[in-house]
Amino acid sequence: MPLLSRLFLKTSFIYLAVGLILGILLAGQAVWNLPGFVSALDPVYIHLLTVGWLTLLIFGVAYWMFPKYSMERPHGNDQISWAAYFLLNIGLILRVLTEPLLAQNFNSFLAGWLVISALFQWLGGILFIANLWKRVKVK
Amino acid sequence: MPRLSAWFVRTSLAYLAIGFTLGSLMLINEGLPFAPQLTNVLPAHIEILTMGWVMQLALGVAYWILPRFSRGLPRGNVVVAWASLVLINTGILFVACSVFIQAAGLSLLGRFLEVVSILLFISVTWRRVRSSF
Repeated sequence: MPLLSRLFLKTSFIYLAVGLILGILLAGQAVWNLPGFVSALDPVYIHLLTVGWLTLLIFGVAYWMFPKYSMERPHGNDQISWAAYFLLNIGLILRVLTEPLLAQNFNSFLAGWLVISALFQWLGGILFIANLWKRVKVK
Repeated sequence: MPRLSAWFVRTSLAYLAIGFTLGSLMLINEGLPFAPQLTNVLPAHIEILTMGWVMQLALGVAYWILPRFSRGLPRGNVVVAWASLVLINTGILFVACSVFIQAAGLSLLGRFLEVVSILLFISVTWRRVRSSF
């Protein structure tokens, strides 16, 4: 399995674990006396599991298993795939850090980072799709 | 991969791009409010990413890699499988568009088409889920 696939997969497992721990916190609000920002973790919880776990897992497996682009460049443009990996992860982590706090107390500094998070995730997704698209070949 | 799988996978990637775009716009709108009505797009965002991206990718890959028949059509009835692709995409478009034009009937029809599509897909692939042929 190529290095980038291993990174995608292992990172996705970490997001899965963190997401499920957040799930405990969200369910625990009814039982424990938790800080107020926990109630704002819902969107982060969902996106840790759908973007962080599911999408990164699929990207890692697709990068590994999809038909080769060519003999010289089996995975297409590797620089684009690596850029997608970092953009998606930095974007998602920025979201995790900023969105719950912003929901509690709006400030323009956090809002700016949330916008950057959205742009990074979008660009990461589009870059990966563009590179993978060429490997969806009919045989 | 077979042509039908390529269509399933490419369509799923297109939905992923659309779903990511809608999601990013909604997230930007949280930090930099520019269109309050964007929050209404959430059901379309969910439909596009769950049915359009994840489910269609799974269908495409399943059609590609499940064991093939040694006799007759290797992947079963191709016409029925293509009908499944057309119906699932029509259904997803109907459900997603119903969010924008506030048409409950369109959403219902879309869900119905999705169910028919999946039943067709299951009918084609069911016998391919086997240990050997």
